[in-house]
Amino acid sequence: MILRLVPPLIVLLLAGPILAGLLMALLPAFGYLPALGGDSLSLAPWRQLFDQPGIWRSMAVSFASGLATTAVSLAIVLLFLAAASGSRLDRWIRRLVSPLLSLPHAAAAFGLAFLIAPSGLLLRLVSPGLTGWERPPDLLIVQDPWGLSLMAGLILKEVPFLLLMSLAALPQLDPQRRLAMARSLGYRPTLAWFKVVAPALYPLIRLPVYAVIAYASSVVDVALILGPTLPPVLSVSILQWFNDPDLDRRFLASAGAILQLGLTASALLTWWGLERLGAWLMRGWIARGGRRRGEVPLRLAGRGLILLTTLTAFVGLASLALNSVAAFWRFPEAWPQGLTLQHWLRVLPQLADPLASTALIALGATLLALVLVLAALENEQRIGHRPSRALWLLYLPLIVPQIAFLFGLVVVMEYLGTRPHHGLVIFGHLLFVLPYVYLSLAEAYRRLDPRWSQLARTLGASPGSLFWRVRLPLLLAPILTASAVGLAVSIGQYLPTQLLGAGRITTVTTEAVALAAGGNRRIIGVWALVQASLPLVGFTLAVGLPRLLWSHRRGMRDTL
Amino acid sequence: MFRSPLLLALGLVGLTSAQAAPDPHDWEAVLDEARGQQVFWYAWAGEERINDYIQWTADRVAERYDITLTHVKLGDTAEAVSRVLAERQAGNDERGNVDLIWINGENFATMKANDLLFGPWSEQLPHYPLTDPENSPAVRYDWTIPVDGLEAPWSSSQVVFYYDTALVDDHPRSMPELLDWARANPGDFTYARVPNFLGNAFITQAMLELAEETAPFYAPVEESDFDALTAPLWEFLDALHPHLWRGGRAFPANSAELRRLMGDGEIAIGLSFSTTEASGAIANFELPETVRTYVHDGGMIGNLSFLAIPYNAQHKAGAMVVADFLLSPEAQARKQDPVIWGSGTVLAMERLEEDERARFAQIDLGIATLPPEALGELLGQPHPSWVDALEAAWQRRYVGQ
Repeated sequence: MILRLVPPLIVLLLAGPILAGLLMALLPAFGYLPALGGDSLSLAPWRQLFDQPGIWRSMAVSFASGLATTAVSLAIVLLFLAAASGSRLDRWIRRLVSPLLSLPHAAAAFGLAFLIAPSGLLLRLVSPGLTGWERPPDLLIVQDPWGLSLMAGLILKEVPFLLLMSLAALPQLDPQRRLAMARSLGYRPTLAWFKVVAPALYPLIRLPVYAVIAYASSVVDVALILGPTLPPVLSVSILQWFNDPDLDRRFLASAGAILQLGLTASALLTWWGLERLGAWLMRGWIARGGRRRGEVPLRLAGRGLILLTTLTAFVGLASLALNSVAAFWRFPEAWPQGLTLQHWLRVLPQLADPLASTALIALGATLLALVLVLAALENEQRIGHRPSRALWLLYLPLIVPQIAFLFGLVVVMEYLGTRPHHGLVIFGHLLFVLPYVYLSLAEAYRRLDPRWSQLARTLGASPGSLFWRVRLPLLLAPILTASAVGLAVSIGQYLPTQLLGAGRITTVTTEAVALAAGGNRRIIGVWALVQASLPLVGFTLAVGLPRLLWSHRRGMRDTL
Repeated sequence: MFRSPLLLALGLVGLTSAQAAPDPHDWEAVLDEARGQQVFWYAWAGEERINDYIQWTADRVAERYDITLTHVKLGDTAEAVSRVLAERQAGNDERGNVDLIWINGENFATMKANDLLFGPWSEQLPHYPLTDPENSPAVRYDWTIPVDGLEAPWSSSQVVFYYDTALVDDHPRSMPELLDWARANPGDFTYARVPNFLGNAFITQAMLELAEETAPFYAPVEESDFDALTAPLWEFLDALHPHLWRGGRAFPANSAELRRLMGDGEIAIGLSFSTTEASGAIANFELPETVRTYVHDGGMIGNLSFLAIPYNAQHKAGAMVVADFLLSPEAQARKQDPVIWGSGTVLAMERLEEDERARFAQIDLGIATLPPEALGELLGQPHPSWVDALEAAWQRRYVGQ
């Protein structure tokens, strides 16, 4: 039975490249890479690594970014869920979560950069009126040495991710009944949520939280845009060493990749320690039984912070749009001197190739992922048990830093003499698309009312036709949503495209990040908007298609 | 490795054509072989204008020579060098990915020293004599390294400063004056982050201007006392940095970001590796119309950039045809137009026909561009080994402080 082979195949597809990539980073990190003349083990790469100027600072910023980004994002999400559930704000935010999640990291970072820079939109709005500044103040805000703007940019994107993961997990906990119980004991609503729902929710979103830590401590594209520069964060340094014409630096880059792995692991361990501490503090707080104190500040924080992050993301995006049509626009003017389509007209002729590549890669990776995930889930249904132990393996590509194993993977490819082509990049994207498609589809698949299939079986349907004619049509909406998530993940990938495509395969994301170095905000605005709108097309289709297809079936429309 | 006879056959065809490298002396044969080839040109892509110009080139060579030119966009030319090196390490000597590289200085020195270049070929290009090689040493020496026909000249550039006349009354004319000006106007000047080529150019310019004698800089760095010769440079930079934009704690990544800072009014003096950049940027709404260009009294450094073909390139004939097209008066004149790109030509005007010279004379250099006679003396680039040493010393001194 071919279906039974699918779960091991998925494990092989995810774990194989990661392990091979890590191995090929580990060997050169200790001086072993015969192709480059390293045929004995040595500690020289490590000595060279710790001899790099500013290496400790790079590590400190990466480590802090991993923990601080996660702590703040998680706090914002939990506060929002506690303070706003059931309110109008709640419904509004829930509707915005998907588009925000589909906004590529790089586009969000560009938007933020233009918002908060000393010559950015915020200061333009109050200058020279309130500040008296005719010229931008000389303040180091974007690319600050402490990585604060980097963390802010990451938070904008991690909040929607954690929120979506929490919203998916919450129904299992039946929060309304828990809350009603606590309310009847006299707890105010926000406090009640924190005391009876949050402790049960956290274990369910622990893996996504770990994924955020890993991502924030090793991100490349956002760090290139918002991160410090003298020195850059560890992951960006590794990229620079890897691209150095002096090939001996590859040993240094490999040692750096292993160091990144260790750094992310220690950030995870530290978080695990903080979890214990937090649990202990929470226990004390819950046991004391306070019913009112802190309710108002918590509620205000819960509503205010999520509004702040959401608005920042959207205003940043809007300011990119304005930039993309701006003529000359100098500080402190809050509106450009004129509007022009010149920048769009310039970019349009170059859009075709990257757009085609982006679409081909995203559709290819998503389709492959969808087939594999559906096969795995269908297999699970037929053999009738949940392979929950394998779940952590799905998180492997999300928890092992990309930069740590992708370089090794490139070395493997160079050994095999594989030339860069779209297939290779699709395969690289699959590593990251597959987990997300699985995570977004699994719950809906498992929760589909079993009576549908029982009914179909009693009518004599074979397992095959049960899948094709009952489950698939019933699950069309979640399948399309999962595909949209997959497309969005693929469209946003920078490092796998850049490394496996050897720079020859350009997508809108690699183009946009390459232009980031250029700093021409108008052109960046055009590319970032194109990049941000692509995933939106996917999500719009995912919402619209079922409505269109089932327009003659009222029952199906209601379930959507 | 090959899975089917067809692939095997294709592989063999690839091998034989790669083994018989095209002979540049027989230009008709080169043109024949180039027809239908897809040339991968690895070129720095940090500037939209340059990318547009390369796209224009691709359209021209497609219609005239039936060559598909693909611009592989690089953030740093070193990536292309590293790719060719990696291919050789992996034993790929015949089917390299890189067909043509925009290159000079350090990267050329690395490739030449490692025998990674195809050639000699450039002196046989039909348009090569227009550069007047006998009388212009810049065409024959790339940062003091003999070119030996391994790369074709393409573009000439000179460092210039630009300043906003609305913010600066009297611009500095030397490095010591620049330091005085920065002290009086803190936060209004910066240069690109080393090792970006514009950052390297600034510290090299300062080194040449502040040194008592410059001869040692044109020989390998190992032959001199680096610390003693660069002491005036570090003393100057140590004094300058606290008065730079952001107090010298951050630097713009490259020329385009420097230009944006100027456009936003964050700085009042910047620098560029293109004498016409300011005029082009004004036309593109990136800089205010009050920006003008100036040079230091003691001269400014400049160099030529070239086009090279790796030893393992798969489409050498196509690459040569593209390089020759780029050397044509038509392509060179377009490149010099500040609205298109504004990068200097490598052709010698007296070698051109009347109508070709007219093409160049017609170009409107724009309001912010200095006339050629006002550009002053051109200082040559030091030996490439100096750049490596300067980069490392700068990083050690200013990174992570």
